[in-house]
Amino acid sequence: MLFTSYAFVGFLALVLLAYYLVPGRFQWPLLLLASYAFYFAASPYYLLFILVTTASAWAVCVKMEDLTGAQKAYLADHKDLDREEKKAYREKIKKRKRAYLIAALALNLGILAVTKYTNFVLRSVSSLVGGAFQPVDLIVPMGISFYTFQTVGYVIDVYRGKQQAQRSFFKLALFVGFFPQLVQGPISRYGQLSETLYAPHKFQEKTFSFGLMRILWGYFKKVVLADRILTGVTALVQGGQYAGAYVFVAMLFYAFELYCDFTGGIDITIGIGEAMGIRMAENFDLPYFSKNIKEYWNRWHITMGTWFTDYIFYPLSASRPMLRLSKWSRAHLGQKMGKRVPVYLCSLAVWLATGIWHGAAWNFVAWGLANYVVIMVSQELEPLYERFHARTHLRGKAPYEVFQVVRTVLLMSMIRMFDCYRDVPLTIAMVGSMFTRFDAAIFTDGSLLAIGLDGADYLVLAVGLAVVLGVSLYKRKRGSVREALYAKPAGVYYGAMALLLVCTVVFGAYGVGYDASQFIYNQF
Amino acid sequence: MKKRRWLAVLLTAVCTVGVLYLAQRLLTPKYQKGIVEGSMVAEYYDETVEHDVVFIGDCEVYENFSPITLWEDYGISSYIRGSAQQLTWQSYYLLEDTLRYETPDVVVFNVLALKYDEPQSEAYNRMTIDGMRWSRSKVEDILASMTDEEHFIEYVFPLLRYHDRWSELNKTDVQHWFSKDPVTHAGYYMRVDVQPELGFPDPMPLADYTLGEKAMGYLQRMADLCREKGVALILIKAPTEYPHWYDEWDEQVAAFAEENGVPYINYIPLQDDIGLDMATDTYDGGLHLNNQGAEKMAAYFGAYLKENYDLPDRRGEPEYDAVWQEKIDAYEAMKRQQYDELAQYGELVSFGANAIEE
Repeated sequence: MLFTSYAFVGFLALVLLAYYLVPGRFQWPLLLLASYAFYFAASPYYLLFILVTTASAWAVCVKMEDLTGAQKAYLADHKDLDREEKKAYREKIKKRKRAYLIAALALNLGILAVTKYTNFVLRSVSSLVGGAFQPVDLIVPMGISFYTFQTVGYVIDVYRGKQQAQRSFFKLALFVGFFPQLVQGPISRYGQLSETLYAPHKFQEKTFSFGLMRILWGYFKKVVLADRILTGVTALVQGGQYAGAYVFVAMLFYAFELYCDFTGGIDITIGIGEAMGIRMAENFDLPYFSKNIKEYWNRWHITMGTWFTDYIFYPLSASRPMLRLSKWSRAHLGQKMGKRVPVYLCSLAVWLATGIWHGAAWNFVAWGLANYVVIMVSQELEPLYERFHARTHLRGKAPYEVFQVVRTVLLMSMIRMFDCYRDVPLTIAMVGSMFTRFDAAIFTDGSLLAIGLDGADYLVLAVGLAVVLGVSLYKRKRGSVREALYAKPAGVYYGAMALLLVCTVVFGAYGVGYDASQFIYNQF
Repeated sequence: MKKRRWLAVLLTAVCTVGVLYLAQRLLTPKYQKGIVEGSMVAEYYDETVEHDVVFIGDCEVYENFSPITLWEDYGISSYIRGSAQQLTWQSYYLLEDTLRYETPDVVVFNVLALKYDEPQSEAYNRMTIDGMRWSRSKVEDILASMTDEEHFIEYVFPLLRYHDRWSELNKTDVQHWFSKDPVTHAGYYMRVDVQPELGFPDPMPLADYTLGEKAMGYLQRMADLCREKGVALILIKAPTEYPHWYDEWDEQVAAFAEENGVPYINYIPLQDDIGLDMATDTYDGGLHLNNQGAEKMAAYFGAYLKENYDLPDRRGEPEYDAVWQEKIDAYEAMKRQQYDELAQYGELVSFGANAIEE
């Protein structure tokens, strides 16, 4: 059931209606039921996978918390133990908790690895040894990367004592399988989501309509813009015959498509939550206004970035081998460089993981590495930038900031071309052709009308882009557009919502003649 | 929530529904020029007199029989409930739909569509089904006809199907936003131009000549329904030779007819008896008859009807005379208009349905 399918729209309407009709205490069980129905509709087999993940996380976390409780009780009952004995006891409990943690991580990350990466490994190995690749027919449960990461984060938080275990299996099942976020995130943290997920919510016009408006905004971006420009992107990148200036066009189109697709999907997700009074983590903060790549990654797919930072970068940095390496490198390479070596290594691990998380293909590994290289180089050049800014006094000047934003968007868009072409060598060749075979004539000779988009499509895209840009600029300068509209007379507020609905219905790229387009991030 | 906000919600909702309705009316194809087949099914509901004979089927009925000739020569009040590539189950549901409004003495079904056992084309589905009034028959027709790319809700709200026509709207869409002109003559689609038959490719051998279960099942339902309602069913194969009608198919239909006690007439071998000259009586190289051919076919078939069925001659009945005179006038006017177009342009431009679009 795609978010953009009629079935989902009907399903959502029914869930929202039922949500406010049932007594508050039945709201979260209703959501669990709806979530499992949603997942079941995708495939009954998927349910098995999510149940295994939920059951393992629930059992392990309850056990770990029981061990913590038992430890406290034991130490309280045995105050006569000396320090060494207490330490030994704590160590023993810690070891047992760690064993549970490792078991849960191995099981869930193992399922993820086997379902998602088996064919990637086999393909890579067979191409190395020159054998014929025979893909294995495996079930890849929808949204497995998202719910696995979310669950793993929860288990680690319970292990670290940052989070109390959820002792209700069904409540945990809702956290893992909450249907709006199941297919493309955001990767929620238990502590944050659980605050509103299980609480009863009464119907409130403002909350509900805000959610509805955000859902409509998401559909507008996805159906009117992303799915319309998709035709052009597909024509330009498939087969790899469009080189030179066409690659530049494809790069900008894909940047636009991905933004509208992913942020549109997240708007629908968060909007559904809002309509039910449930707060989910924000995943975007105007990423295309970033002035450098580091800032961009702090604003794009935020929940994934923070997940990798909290559960890979920090634990890796604080691991014993890394501390030993840090000590060694400081002794042999000097304080300045010595400090950086572990950071470089941990960042490399994070970016490799980020790349492979996005897709089981070398393209994504190359994409991750390209991001890593650009971020590291820009960090290394930081002192140079500082001197440049100090001399030129450009920092803070509007034209320079615009230049920084455009540069960042172009750079990120170029790196993202690894997503588009079938392999790494072709990507490099096509991106290279942008610089060697750029023929600006395609912008004036009508060539861009022969890539599956006609004048009407360009008109819709231009107006749509202007609206998205306008909303983003307003948000950046003045804050929430919805709040501003809500402050106006109700007719204006609801009129804007109706306009969004009519525009989406009439100008959307959906129905017969259009391929039902999956959200790009659904595949992860 | 304050009363005024609720009022705003209500007003906005009403206005939105209104705007979406207007958009739906505007964006739905009008089928008034060029491809007019999408208008045919709905025109039936404008009929004011009952019909003694109803033809059901695809282009082999709505282009090959002239009800005007049946009226003029025999006083038979008839109607053709046909549309482009009308599949057997669509014919069945149109028959069900027709029987909600009247009970003719005779129903004539053309069997060519029996060769299709699966939904074929979304575009043809829409042209056949969109014009039907809502009823259980229409719902079942949609469910039986949908291709994989179609959704039931797009039939309920055609805006969801036709929303992307906004960039191709033309004068006709605005002109016929709320009303449509008739494009047929009691369901008959007129073409006066001539394109002689120059032969057809040899028929391809088929792996399996068995007519499909679904199509034959609906034919059985058609026969049962007619029996139940006391309507005589006649199965025919129109005299046009392409698409090829295999002997094996013919035998199966003949066996069905015998089993069910209904007549089956294959008119292909009777072309000479009918008086058809496929050098002058077809407008598209022998696929369909032109007006001259359709009149010959109706005259021949009318004689068969008169001979075998006790059909009243309605001429002289004031109500019928008035209605059919109006039809004859429209028929003759369109015929003149089409001949004028042929003379002016060498081909049909507006097919005589309306004034020629500039």
